[in-house]
Amino acid sequence: MSHWIILPVVLPALLAPIIGFMMRHDIVLARVTSMVGSVLLLAISMVLIAMAMDGTTHIYRLGDWPAPFGIVLVLDRLSALMILLTAVLALMVLLHAMATGWDNRGRHFHALFQFQLMGICGAFLTGDIFNLFVFFEILLIASYGLMIHSGGRERMRAGLQYVVMNLAGSTLFLFALGTLYASTGTLNIADLAAKISDIPADEAGLVRVAAMLLMIVFAVKAALFPVQFWLPATYSNAPAPVAALFAIMTKVGAYAILRVHTVVFGPGVAGTEGMIDAWLFPAAIVTIALGAFGVLGARRLMPLISFSVIGSMGTLLVAVAVFSPVATTAALYYMIHSTFAAACLFLIADLVVSRRNSDSLTPSAATVQNGLFAAIFFASVIAMAGMPPLSGFLGKLLVLDALRGPDVIVWAWTAILAGSLLTIVGFARAGSALFWKSTAIDAPASEAGHTTAPAHATPAEVTPVMLALAALVGLSIFAGPVASYLEQTSAQLFDRSGYISAVLAPVEER
Amino acid sequence: MEFLVASAIGTMTAGGVYLLLRLRTFPVILGLALLSYAVNVFLFSSGRLAIDMSPILSKYGEATYTDPLPQALVLTAIVISFGMTAVLVMISLGAFLESDTDRIDIDPTDTDEDAAK
Repeated sequence: MSHWIILPVVLPALLAPIIGFMMRHDIVLARVTSMVGSVLLLAISMVLIAMAMDGTTHIYRLGDWPAPFGIVLVLDRLSALMILLTAVLALMVLLHAMATGWDNRGRHFHALFQFQLMGICGAFLTGDIFNLFVFFEILLIASYGLMIHSGGRERMRAGLQYVVMNLAGSTLFLFALGTLYASTGTLNIADLAAKISDIPADEAGLVRVAAMLLMIVFAVKAALFPVQFWLPATYSNAPAPVAALFAIMTKVGAYAILRVHTVVFGPGVAGTEGMIDAWLFPAAIVTIALGAFGVLGARRLMPLISFSVIGSMGTLLVAVAVFSPVATTAALYYMIHSTFAAACLFLIADLVVSRRNSDSLTPSAATVQNGLFAAIFFASVIAMAGMPPLSGFLGKLLVLDALRGPDVIVWAWTAILAGSLLTIVGFARAGSALFWKSTAIDAPASEAGHTTAPAHATPAEVTPVMLALAALVGLSIFAGPVASYLEQTSAQLFDRSGYISAVLAPVEER
Repeated sequence: MEFLVASAIGTMTAGGVYLLLRLRTFPVILGLALLSYAVNVFLFSSGRLAIDMSPILSKYGEATYTDPLPQALVLTAIVISFGMTAVLVMISLGAFLESDTDRIDIDPTDTDEDAAK
């Protein structure tokens, strides 16, 4: 039993209170500590990837209690991948927040940031569904603080809505867990999977209710129709680096659907056969449409990007809804891609908006470095909309290729292709209003130097978004090795008996 | 007793949902508190209702016992929902002080004005 598995949870959990209590008056010290923590997290996630690479499912028993009785952490290829994704994204976001000074506009940014990482990593690692709830609460309570970081009227009100929405979601989660426990007597994911596949279809009514409730809870996190409405207000009012970090939060919902609804209520389970995909698929199609129309109709830059995030979650969940290894491979590739693409867009939008002092999509005089920002924005949009040569194109191609079944092809292809087109149109309109038309407008006559031109972006401010772009380029160049890793990942995910026997293995065997 | 517990959970949930759909922060907070009470009782009953039984296995005699796990779950859920309610109260207070209104919905004209400026 290797102790590496619990480090992604323990490290931020130790750093956060230290930063919060001992370094709250010293932003430099907090920055250094937070940075060191994020770099260490990246190193740990590399080790975990190397451990998971051999294909075995690693178990960490807390307190060394055997599986259905104690709490276990489970490391397989999927969770190692998600931890790595979190660590890389966290590093970029942290660099951006430090370079632009966002972290100094309110208190406790770094402590909350570390708590957020702890919750996300825990949610990816846990093998117990009640623990999943606990880690969800940890990441949510940190995200409440980050969401309203630096305050302001609109942000506080949007933050309030976000908190209420998620508290209602948590209550639903508890109802689902109670139902599940009442009908099976366990909350360990592997044990649940073993017990639920033994329940005959005509006695599985309560289990179906629980599966559906869990589905709704995860859908709230993943911003799936009809519970996506919190996302635009939240993301567009959150501080931009926080919105970029939240790009991984929607993926936590998608991960939970993948994990729970594949392993526990997965294909081949008599009680819930065909029920989840029958609901998930149409909902995901509508989500794509909503995202596309939102991108087309948005009048401000931040909501525009938020709607494109909704659209990408729709594309991701269409592939998840098929519940087949091939489609899951495509979904995972698209998940990595859309995380970085969304982060890219939010980071560049922050650089642009902070210089224009407004995020409305109306032409106004060009600010400094119009060309550089336009180029970065253009590249990010190419990635988000799924145009070649960046990884969005490959991701959408994989998803389309996986969705060739006769009963899904019409809806899925129409939605994804038309959605991409609308997204391109919406972004093209936004880009031309922001960057192109603005060159035709003269700068407002500065009355003897009253208006000072906004500062040029320092290299430190541009680096994080460049790193995110580099990640997207790398993802497209190394698409082959990444896809083969993801293929093994989804094969491992769909090997339910392998997961169950690994987690429930007797302790003596280790 | 099953009827009593079930109808109590149902009433609290109904009241909670009704209050949650109000437009002001105070009823919404009360609604969420009611919902969390409902879910706590619900979790408690998910280990079957039992009276006068200890949640510990006794090695002396054939004493029946009640499932201890839901009690641990409820304890965790109570702690979390209590903390969350406190956070919610603070955030809604902050939102009220910032915007001078305790409405929970965001008026679309507000955001447009905000965008225009």
